[in-house]
Amino acid sequence: MLPTVQLGPLTLQAPGLILLLAVWIGLSRAEKVSHHAGISADRFYNLALVMLTAGLIGARLGYAARNIDAFLASPASLLALSPQMLSATDGIIIAFAAGIGYTQKAKIPVLHALDALAPALAILMVGSHLANFASGAAFGAPTRLFWGIQLWGETRHPVQLLEALAAALIAFGIWPRAGSAAALPPGLRFVIFLGATALARLWLELLRGDGGLVFGGLRQAQVTAWVVLALAAAAGARLLNPGQKPGK
Amino acid sequence: MTTIAKHWRLISLTALILSAGWMALTALFFPSGTGGRIPAPRQGFLAPDFELTTLDGQTVQLSRLQAQPVIVNFWATWCAPCKAEMPAMQRVYQQYRDQGLVILAVNATNQDSRQAAADFASQYNLTFSILLDTSAEAARQYQVRALPTTFFIDRAGNIHDVIVGGPMSEGLLRAQAEQMLAEVP
Repeated sequence: MLPTVQLGPLTLQAPGLILLLAVWIGLSRAEKVSHHAGISADRFYNLALVMLTAGLIGARLGYAARNIDAFLASPASLLALSPQMLSATDGIIIAFAAGIGYTQKAKIPVLHALDALAPALAILMVGSHLANFASGAAFGAPTRLFWGIQLWGETRHPVQLLEALAAALIAFGIWPRAGSAAALPPGLRFVIFLGATALARLWLELLRGDGGLVFGGLRQAQVTAWVVLALAAAAGARLLNPGQKPGK
Repeated sequence: MTTIAKHWRLISLTALILSAGWMALTALFFPSGTGGRIPAPRQGFLAPDFELTTLDGQTVQLSRLQAQPVIVNFWATWCAPCKAEMPAMQRVYQQYRDQGLVILAVNATNQDSRQAAADFASQYNLTFSILLDTSAEAARQYQVRALPTTFFIDRAGNIHDVIVGGPMSEGLLRAQAEQMLAEVP
């Protein structure tokens, strides 16, 4: 765990740095392969920029909307440079809505755009798990296995590192390679990324120590991941057999 | 592509069925969460207890403040972001103290001085408790690596959120206070 990095008088937050690095690496690497999805590097960067900007604004507005009384009493806080005042769920929804808006305006097929974004998102997932490892978030369940790490008063599974490894394998698996453009129908690369990410989350949840429950002892994260997996399976079937109705 | 298309349904169904089985296995044999049961300076865990003295010599023990939301802020007079967020903390305290909000500003006295802390509190008209962590025991328990670091502790004594660094905006402080006060005791 390394929550902060001391650079002289400056205390930098390591998780934030790791995430920024992941965004930069993800975008710069994905830009080089965006042509596999039929999108030029320029248009890919514009799309990513629109999504990032809208996502950040949406995340702050979402947080403010959820704490409306606090922000009505202190409206200037809306512009504060506090990364803690961001609602991730709202940010993701607004980012994708803005991305769809941009694709309509720029006449980019949505499925192609999603395929172009998949490699960047895969690298961002690796970064987010490493950021969790640095901050001690998304920690593992207690264990006596040899790989246990000391964290929050217990020896725990290094689940953040295992999730980062799984995300790296997914990134490697879905990374566009020469000749792969013709091999996959538009949208399938993104669907495979989504399904594989959900699968990894669902299976590695067993080792996590911070899971919330929904009902009957089932873990919330696993139920959500299973639903995403089912949706990805259905979407993949549809993309591979465009003429066939789902379930037939 | 034809290979993927050919096997997609089989792979998908297998993954969904095995995953459903894995979920059941997890629910039956691996109970979730360790938070709230052991003390650790992390969101969801029981807040580590400490006992410190205030500037006027009174003793404050965190565990005796249960049923009240508590903001524990680690700070020092030489720390610029700590200074910057104090006026907002005072305003939030003034607004919510009648509803039960407690603010404990833990001065890192081992790297500061009692007199400097007292002068600072007087200069900024701070009315919440200023605690003196002379031996750095509380900072060690809370694994404080940077100042300011702020812990928001709910009525049950569990850590609701942790903010490392600052200055915190007034909106963030208000949002956290209101979330904790809204929780049923």
